Amino acid sequence: MPLVMRVVIFVAAFVLMFIIFELVRKRRLREEYSWLWLLTGLLILALALIPEEVLVYVAKTVMGTPNPPSAIFFLAFCFMVLVCLQFSVRLSRMTEQVKTLAQKIALLEQDIEQERELLAKKG
Amino acid sequence: MVESSLAEPAGETPATKRSPPVTPSSPAFPLARPPRCIAIVPALNEEKQIPAVVAEIKKNAPAFDVLVIDDGSTDRTAQVARAAGAAVVRHPFNMGYGVALQTAYKYATRRGYDILVQLDGDGQHDPSYIPRLAEQVTSGATDVCVGTRFLENLGYFPPFFRRVGMVVFGYIASRATGRRVTDPTSGYQALSRGAFGFFQSDLFPFDYPDADVLILLHRAGFRVNEIPVRMKPSPTGKSMHGGVLKPMFYVFKMFLSIGVTLLREKPRADKIAPGEQ
Repeated sequence: MPLVMRVVIFVAAFVLMFIIFELVRKRRLREEYSWLWLLTGLLILALALIPEEVLVYVAKTVMGTPNPPSAIFFLAFCFMVLVCLQFSVRLSRMTEQVKTLAQKIALLEQDIEQERELLAKKG
Repeated sequence: MVESSLAEPAGETPATKRSPPVTPSSPAFPLARPPRCIAIVPALNEEKQIPAVVAEIKKNAPAFDVLVIDDGSTDRTAQVARAAGAAVVRHPFNMGYGVALQTAYKYATRRGYDILVQLDGDGQHDPSYIPRLAEQVTSGATDVCVGTRFLENLGYFPPFFRRVGMVVFGYIASRATGRRVTDPTSGYQALSRGAFGFFQSDLFPFDYPDADVLILLHRAGFRVNEIPVRMKPSPTGKSMHGGVLKPMFYVFKMFLSIGVTLLREKPRADKIAPGEQ
């Protein structure tokens, strides 16, 4: 891997982590979501620092490919799929929570309306 | 509650050897006192149909309170239903047929109803069958009674794909529950307090309950049976399984849903979702 490329990757990962950190600091991103993205940034950072021989060796022995970039792309893709899946899980839970809340509001609203009617009837 | 100590119903059909789950929230039928009854109507933009439906229910089943669940209608469904004399619960936004049903189950549980009959707001279900459906539950013969279009030929011929789906999923539900299920998509049902109390859990689907829910009931130990009812074609012409993609999604969803229902741990009838009760 050429040195320029390593520097670019390193800087990109650094910028990414800085943005995440800023978002958390400004409370635009909740802490419990930030760790995944910080982990992503760290992985990219690690990629910039790992010697090429190690990358080639790992790609060959673990993935069976002589081509480290394809192995990296594949792993990155898997990682992103897992991140998306995690969002779907959270979304499902939130849908359930929103449903329960909306039902509760609807029922309470009906309670109030009924009370009002009873009061109006009493005079 | 005192009702929980009441005796179990004696007359059980051989098809259901398991006794129904009797929890403090589900007294055994028949009750010593007259049961508190409620008819519930989920409605979405049915301002034209709903007054007639409410009036018909009141005429045919005077012992029943009527609740309309307005699932986020954009028309005057809630107002006309209220004017017709029904209690109305309004969802703040549209959430789906299953959610509307569940809201009604929660309402009925909070208000201490013993039996609940659900029917659609488009006038498809003939309210004159309400007493017959309810009688199945109040007599202690079953926990859930489904009004089916197919046990007797009462003149209902669904479109081809709909019929194929009904046959396939009806067959699966029959095998899974060990008794004949001819119309798993029918929304015309009577439920005991135990059954609709159980449906407050997050196991209840957001969209149309179907064979998966009947299997769920069976696995939780509830008894389900069917009686024939007559249904009119939906006057508004709306169908829940229209189009091309929708039926495909429906088939996929049902297989998945039945699959996970069968693979899940057996649900416990006395377990109710957190935050309820």
